[in-house]
Amino acid sequence: MAKDFQASKPIYVQIADHLSYQIVRGELKTGEKLPSVREMAILSGVNPNTIQRTYSEMERMGIVETKRGQGTFVTENEHVLKELKIRLQNDIIAVFVQNMKDLGFSQEDMIKGLQQYLRREEM
Amino acid sequence: MTVVLRNVSKSYGRDFSVKNVSLTFETGKIYGLLGPNGSGKSTTLKMITGLVYPSKGTVEVGKEKVTRKTCQKVAYLTELDTFYPSFTVGKMIDFYASQFADFDPRKARQLLQDMKLDRSKKIKQLSKGNRGRLKLVLALSRNTPVLLLDEPFSGLDPMVRESIVKSLLSYINFNEQTVIIATHEIDELEPLLDEAIVIVQGSIIGQKNVEQLREEEGLSVLEWFKSTIAQMKGD
Repeated sequence: MAKDFQASKPIYVQIADHLSYQIVRGELKTGEKLPSVREMAILSGVNPNTIQRTYSEMERMGIVETKRGQGTFVTENEHVLKELKIRLQNDIIAVFVQNMKDLGFSQEDMIKGLQQYLRREEM
Repeated sequence: MTVVLRNVSKSYGRDFSVKNVSLTFETGKIYGLLGPNGSGKSTTLKMITGLVYPSKGTVEVGKEKVTRKTCQKVAYLTELDTFYPSFTVGKMIDFYASQFADFDPRKARQLLQDMKLDRSKKIKQLSKGNRGRLKLVLALSRNTPVLLLDEPFSGLDPMVRESIVKSLLSYINFNEQTVIIATHEIDELEPLLDEAIVIVQGSIIGQKNVEQLREEEGLSVLEWFKSTIAQMKGD
């Protein structure tokens, strides 16, 4: 796992984001068991209290489920996973749009630029 | 076990090493005691172990005032090399086991294996990295309610640092132990910490919950540390 964390975001959020990506990309399957809090702490070199918070937060969002005495599992709720995918998409778009705005591009420029880029990709 | 310092000062002759420090350390948390060299970090840890007594104020470990016997409750990794060079790794482990009733030989064996240390090697033949690892083995093999680590990363390469972080996370008992790590190498340590405390010239100039700091102020511990010190110098 990425050991370098951004300064501006809580570490528990960054680990939750990382896990969310893994779930959407299918690297973590629906219904799959996540490492225990301690295992995850060791894997990522992070305080277990932080990992506990990551898991609680993801549980609150419905992305994972904790079964008593068994551990934490990726949800099998397709609806939640679809929403998660859209949320990640929106996050990426938000960053893209902000960066473009900072560079002084208008909405039109952005769309044009993106279309051109995608056309080139296709070729 | 809770560790409490109340209005603690320590002076050597006319110089203050620690000035009117009040701190509380709680069970289940990892604290970083951060400061430049000579800021009073080591003196603070030594006062918690009972190796040094405060000139003023009180230090309590588990509601008892610190005495020479406090070392029964406190495992302490010093920044110095305090090994007998002619001892082998195994003999050093046995020596520790003979000195501390809480020493867990099974844990020590496991840790030696994890750290790839050879019991039969003489300490004087060990590299600096392996001496650093051995120090950690000795400190982590004791089942004490308080664990103090003074510069556990000092002079060690990134590989060794990583193995030390992993061992800490594997062997700290988060339900029972209070852990305080003194260091000036903040970057490596940050993801391990619950709380960061900045000490400069013997005084505490700030204490923050690491995640709260990121959430509320958008700062990493290192950034906060630098800005706190810059502010102090500006005053």
